[in-house]
Parts: sequence; structure tokens; C-alpha cells
Amino acid sequence: MDTKQLQLIAEQNRKRLVEVVYAAKAGHIGGDLSCLNVMTALYFHVMNGLDPKDPKAPLRDRFVLSKGHCVESLYVTLEAKGYLKPEVLDTLGQFGSILSGHPTIEVPGIEVNSGALGHGLSIGVGMAIAAKMDQQPWRTYVMMGDGEQGEGSIYEAAMAANRYHLDNLVAIIDRNHLQISGNTEDVMPIDNIHDRWTAFGWDVILMNGDSMDDIIRTFDNIDYNNGKPHLLVSDTTKGKGVSFMEGIAKWHHGVLNAEQCDAAVAEIQQRIDALKS
Amino acid sequence: MIACRKMFTDTLLELARKDKDIIAVTTDARGSVTLGDYATALPQQFVECGIAEQDAVGISAGLAHSGKKVFCCGPACFYVARSLEQVKVDLAYSENPVTILGVSGGVAYGALGATHHSLHDIAVLRTFPGMTICLPSDWRVTRKLVNTLVDFQQPCYVRVGRAAVPDVYADDNFDFEVGKAITVLDGSDLTIIATGETVYHAWQAGLQLKAQGISARVLDCSWLKPFDEAAIRRAAAETGRIITVEEHSQYGGLGAMVCETLSENPVPVRIIGIPDENVVHGSNTEIFHHYGLDAAGIVKKTLDFIGK
Repeated sequence: MDTKQLQLIAEQNRKRLVEVVYAAKAGHIGGDLSCLNVMTALYFHVMNGLDPKDPKAPLRDRFVLSKGHCVESLYVTLEAKGYLKPEVLDTLGQFGSILSGHPTIEVPGIEVNSGALGHGLSIGVGMAIAAKMDQQPWRTYVMMGDGEQGEGSIYEAAMAANRYHLDNLVAIIDRNHLQISGNTEDVMPIDNIHDRWTAFGWDVILMNGDSMDDIIRTFDNIDYNNGKPHLLVSDTTKGKGVSFMEGIAKWHHGVLNAEQCDAAVAEIQQRIDALKS
Repeated sequence: MIACRKMFTDTLLELARKDKDIIAVTTDARGSVTLGDYATALPQQFVECGIAEQDAVGISAGLAHSGKKVFCCGPACFYVARSLEQVKVDLAYSENPVTILGVSGGVAYGALGATHHSLHDIAVLRTFPGMTICLPSDWRVTRKLVNTLVDFQQPCYVRVGRAAVPDVYADDNFDFEVGKAITVLDGSDLTIIATGETVYHAWQAGLQLKAQGISARVLDCSWLKPFDEAAIRRAAAETGRIITVEEHSQYGGLGAMVCETLSENPVPVRIIGIPDENVVHGSNTEIFHHYGLDAAGIVKKTLDFIGK
């Protein structure tokens, strides 16, 4: 799939995201939007063996959304991929829906329940070790947040991934620079991610997560045989693709009103139309 | 007399030699768990996580999710505190069937103090949907338990002690079924219900009471979740009084579970456990004696309970 096609899917997912978060009156839309390009690329270009008719196909690549609060982004991606029917996604926010505000295994295609931060990388390490033990080709991808980097358990997992030479494991930090209270560097500085993870023995790669071109180029060039776990520092913009949300912390879990929803959909639709032309 | 942790790991090694999907995970605790032989014999089925319990439970979840039969082993005190959230979310909530083997549980570390005690584990873990809990009473129960857990489809917390414990069962000719209590001694005047290493002491107390003309039923309640509510109700109906014995806080554990079970048709219950205080410093045996968890203490409290 070429970059333009992926951009189109990402924008369609972005539009659907705005609509379902507006309808549910809840969601973490800022972080949803910042990681959505990478999530689209993972499901439509990077990961192998995905089959919506067989969500547990043994040789599928695994995805763990460690920043589980951005589940709405995963929901729209799973819908676009065929795991979720539209009538199911439309139940988001309703009593009794299978769709929670964080990932659950009730949803086809979701591997583990997450949402308590700092858990996903250890689970991914366990998956990657299992694949190595069985000499299986499938890979594991774990998406973390930048605010999440405050959780100490992540660094336990970072050590273990290096210890077991997990070059079949890719962690992604959605580096959107904002967490719920404001700029990450004001809350707890982490802006030495590259040096920090390099010191842990990881293959650290910087990527522009707002650019589908750069996302594809970066994933396509990962050396899965270098004996090191891979960390993609995905530099992004919180609220990416909805101009009035971009770079504003309050949209971490802001709720759209009708006018804002219409405005957001309109600008996304313009990009969709342009990509289709 | 064999330590349950040793029987657990010996049995696991025996099974793992024939099943490459069995994986032992630990946290720099191969010595205290007695996993040294396993690690040497089956390095490809052994995952060392270093001193990092949260990571160990998460890794175990990932391994189990990928089809491995995972036994995550280390001191009970750390797994049910430091990594409690991983047990809750990554194992119970995510339905990953990992067995947590918590060794040196309760007050087994004795004088090492409260940092190393785990007297809250039953109370906390029983509230996690999907979690199961077993405190085997002796090495024969432990061996049967390991054989059961290899293909068990739910996460399970197993707590064993540290030292060798006296045999409760003379041979393997007893039924061990998930969620079922075992009648160690039959009786009609009252029932003593115990779990884990206190079962032996309860049994000895039952025998001593019998010599004094008091007919005590003794139940081995190794399984705390699922919990054999039918056996508890039967004991209440047939013997009219219950004493519970546990190496656990007197809050929220076996005693509380028995009272909950009988709340609509109550009988008098006396709970023997660790009171709500910082545990006295001493050896495991001394602590048991201090709080009346040994046979002498159980007999004394029983006589007081029934007014003799």
C-alpha cells in the first residue's frame, strides 16, 4: 500500500474518531489523534498475518496498546481493518457496550486489557520471548505514551528486552510532548529519551510520527536481525489533524461540542477529498 | 516431611522435561524458590527477570498469552504487593492463566520482619474476578496441585512456606479436587477449618481434643478460591460451631470467608489468625506459638470457645 493510500485511511479513521468521540461524549482525543497515523501504518502496512476473520491466528504480529487511554484510535483502526462492525463502534459510551474506555479482550483483535500505564512493554517482552523460544517469525509492537515514561516498570522491561536480545520487539513512544497536566518537560523531564534508551541497549530510532512518509520509511528500515530491541521515538503533535486541538493540553480528554465536531469533520473531509482527487 | 516449595519445583521440573511449553519465571529468586536444579536442567524454559516483580508478572502474562504454561515464582510478599497491579490487570482481568508461586508466604520469613511477610494476600486476591487461590497443606497436596495447574485455564496464586512441613496425608489416596475441602478428621462437636501450613496444626489439635472427649471435625481448606461453601455449610449444620485457623490477617481471609458463607444461617465462629498489629519478631515457629496458630494454641482457644 502506498503512502497516499495510507494517508487516506488515516484521515478517514481520523474523521470516524472525531465522530465517535463526539457521540460518546468521552475519550482521550488528543492522544488518539497523535498516535493515529502510526496505528494506521501498523495495521495497514507494517504488521503481518492479521486476519479479522481469525483474530488469534497463531502467526499474527501482536500489538499492545500500553497507552490504553487512546483506545478510541485503536477502535477506529480495528473497524477500518474489519475487526469491528460499525454498529458495534457506534455503541461506544453506551451502557453495556463491549467497548470500554480502555482496551479489553472482549473486542476482537485486542490482545490484552490495558490502561494501567507501564504494563504493556513487559507483556510485549513476554510475547517476544515466546516467539524467540518457538523460533516463530511473528513480531510484537508496543505503543507507549510519553507521559507514561514516568512509570518505573517500563525500565524493568527495557532491561529485560536487552537481556534477551529481542530484535523481534518494537516499542513506540508517541512523543506528543503533552500529558494531562501540561508539557512533559514541566511535569517530569524525559527529553533525553534517545540517550536513555540507548544506554539500556536499545536500537533507538527517531521518527516524525506526523508524516506518513517518514513513518513508512522508518518501519521499512528496521533491522529485525540486529540483536537489539527497537524503540521508535515518534515525534507527534497532540490533537494532530484538528487545527484547534493541536498542541493544546486540555484536549487530552476534552469533549467536543456540536460546532467543534462539525468544524473538525469539515477540515478532515477537505483532506480526504484532496487525497481522493 | 518435605518443604512444599521443593516439592513444587521438583514436580515442575519433572513435568517440564516432557513439555517444552512449561516455563518458569523468577526474580533473582531461584535459590529461595528452589529453582536451581530447574534452571540448570532447562535453561531454555527458564526466564530470569532480575529483581523486578512487576516486569516478571507482565512477562509471564505475555508468555501465557503466547501459549506457554507459565509459573512465575518468587517470594509471596513481593508478588502480592509490588506487582499486585500486574496480577490484577495482566493476569486476572486479561485472563492469562499464569500460576504465581509465592514462596515463604505468611510469616515464613519470621524475624526478617513485616517487609517479608504476606498476611494480606488472601484478602486482596480473592476480590479479583477470575483469580484462583490455593495454599497447599503438605507436599502430597502440593504435588497434586502442580499436576493440576499445568493445564489450568485460570490464573492461580499458590502460597507455600519455607521450611519442611509435617505430612498431613500418609499416602496419595485422597481426593484432591479444585475448590473442594478435604476432611482430615471427622467429628460432630465442632469443626476446625484451616488452610496452608496451619492444617497440620489443626489436625494435631483435633487429635488432642479427641483424647479429651471432644469430637472435632477438621477440614483442609487448601483451596480458598474457588471456596467450598457447601462443606462449610455442612460443617455448620452438622457440628454447630466453627473455628478457623489461618496464617493471615484475621481480617478478610479464611475466617471472614466462612462468616460470609454462613451469614444467612449463622453459627458461632472463632477466627484464629494474626491480629491487626505489627507482627512480633521471632522465628516462624515462635510466631505461630505466640498467636496460637500451633496445636497447643488451637486446643486452648477451642476449649475457651466451647466453654470448657
